[in-house]
Amino acid sequence: MRDELYNELVKSENLVYKKTSLMTDNVLSYCPGCGHGTAHRIIMEVIDEMDMQQDTIGIAPVGCSVLAYEFMNIDMQQAAHGRAPALATGIKRLWPDKLVFTYQGDGDLAAIGTAETIHACNRGENILIVFINNGIYGMTGGQMAPTTLPGMKTSTSPFGRNTALMGNPLKITELVAQLPGVHSVSRQAVHTPAAVRKAKKAIKKAFEYQKENTAGATFVEIVSSCNSGWKLPPAKANEWMMGEEPYVPVLSTGAIR
Amino acid sequence: MGELKLMKGNEAIAEAAIRAGVDAYFGYPITPQSEVIEYLASQKPEERTGMVLLQAESEVASINMVYGAAGSGKKVMTTSSSPGISLMQEGFSYIAGAELPCVVANVVRGGPGLGTIQPSQADYFQAVKGGGHGDYHLIVLAPSSVQEMADFVPLAFDLAFKYRNPVMILSDGMIGQMMEKVELFDPVPRWTDEEIKEKCPWATTGKTSDRERNIITSLDLDPSRQEKHNHKLQEKYRKISEEEIRFEKIECDDAEYIFVAYGSSSRIAQKALQLGRAKGHKIGLLRLITLFPFPYKELNDMAPNLKGILSVELSAGQLIEDIKLAVEGQVKAEHYGRMGGIIHSPAEILEAMEKNIIGGKK
Ligand SMILES: Cc1ncc(C[n+]2csc(CCOP(=O)(O)OP(=O)(O)O)c2C)c(N)n1
Ligand code: SF4
Ligand SMILES: [Mg+2]
Repeated sequence: MRDELYNELVKSENLVYKKTSLMTDNVLSYCPGCGHGTAHRIIMEVIDEMDMQQDTIGIAPVGCSVLAYEFMNIDMQQAAHGRAPALATGIKRLWPDKLVFTYQGDGDLAAIGTAETIHACNRGENILIVFINNGIYGMTGGQMAPTTLPGMKTSTSPFGRNTALMGNPLKITELVAQLPGVHSVSRQAVHTPAAVRKAKKAIKKAFEYQKENTAGATFVEIVSSCNSGWKLPPAKANEWMMGEEPYVPVLSTGAIR
Repeated sequence: MGELKLMKGNEAIAEAAIRAGVDAYFGYPITPQSEVIEYLASQKPEERTGMVLLQAESEVASINMVYGAAGSGKKVMTTSSSPGISLMQEGFSYIAGAELPCVVANVVRGGPGLGTIQPSQADYFQAVKGGGHGDYHLIVLAPSSVQEMADFVPLAFDLAFKYRNPVMILSDGMIGQMMEKVELFDPVPRWTDEEIKEKCPWATTGKTSDRERNIITSLDLDPSRQEKHNHKLQEKYRKISEEEIRFEKIECDDAEYIFVAYGSSSRIAQKALQLGRAKGHKIGLLRLITLFPFPYKELNDMAPNLKGILSVELSAGQLIEDIKLAVEGQVKAEHYGRMGGIIHSPAEILEAMEKNIIGGKK
């Protein structure tokens, strides 16, 4: 009976969604509920839809997504912590016809790699930067990131981020949007299906721009949950992103430039 | 006969890069080697060969631009001087770990810290023993003339691609700044994209349907696989040590005493040798060309026929440690050097040989 039902369900005419072949079959190394997996998937779907697998080179960062190359079925290089935009610069300058993108966390992009981020964008490198902002250092166990919100508890701000002592969150996306070398900047999120669809659209737009043009970097921030680092169950983590202490609204989403 | 030119060592490296078909140079200015990037800029390499020239925001960025481009199979290089090379160490470690070819020149200046802009050889340990983290080696070439500054660029790329390993050209402010006659080799064309895909099937050139995706990484979280990878690297370094040792023996056949030196010190030691010979001392010179690999066996074989060795280096004594390892106590070996940017004179080197080795206690 169950088998019959199953066989009925898996008929190709009933297929409404299929995993893109640009995601490998390797088991994701992310915590259940983490935003990284969703972000990976929509990037790979976009490359698949654009039929750009053979023309895309990706850079993995240091952070929870250090193993992105295990999951993305494209040629990839793993960078040192924060240096992905420099690697992307080197590759894109020598392979100008390829789509080159970096995938970086907030510690990677906005702390240790701030110089590389700002200068690659300011030079107008023709690359896409995907910035996964979860407001925390996920990989190393939930320490404060440059993007950690005021009052937010992390393992190195256990009583909440005290801005007088620890400084203010760095709004690097707004900073990047000021640079002449950047073509477009947007902030997206992946906490609801509607947000995921919008985020995918933004990534597609940014990639399509890179395919046709050479007038600068495109930059997409994706506000993403780190339920483990935030010490919340996955559903609560997503709620928190929309909730009373609003995470996403603080960082209003949409096109910034 | 190739084209003859009077050039600075730094200019010779730059001209050689264009002629060797290098695809890109990424760098950040620092004395005493800023002429490399300045000369390249003056040559419009993008017109001469299509070579990419980019001034990075830091040495951290330039070595990581090199890392990225090397991963995509291109011939890329950077140059710097000591403080900048210190900043690049993380990058060297990644490049060595990921087994990528690239060339770096260090035009060494005195340290520690900001030190001085004058010549020094005090970065020997950093260059040959690692410098960055983990068990890895750069292949290290030590030019002692402006001619070799030019000639070692294509040699370095040959070795880099043969072994998929970063190669360092370790010179110093004297070789970089001085002008000498150079016979330039004829230009070779840059590899086409098709040639790159053929020669570097491992490179990130875009995944096609006929192959698996290419991944460039130094990471493997599985300890047994990581150890295996380390064994593979060590095997490579052993092979390099068997096949790539280069040195020059000058008047060593009848020598009772030898100087061991490289780079600018070997030039000065050669003059000291002549002064010593004129006084009747049977002195030779072992000029090292590769510093890694180091000629341990050759020195060990020479030791029984020698009465003493003087290591000559612009440092507090770094090369001497490898010499002592090599001779295993069979013969007295000492260091003589100056520091802080002071260059030793031939007379003081000979005096050190006479006092500390020839006249000194066994
Ligand atoms: C040079 C260097 N410093 C520190 C680390 C340790 N480290 C690894 S990941 C990380 C932070 C990652 O945070 P983020 O970029 O926000 O990525 P996430 O894990 O949150 O996705 C740190 C500090 C490292 N690997 N290399
Ligand atoms: S620690 Fe956070 S960012 Fe890392 S996998 Fe877990 S939820 Fe995702
Ligand atoms: Mg993070």
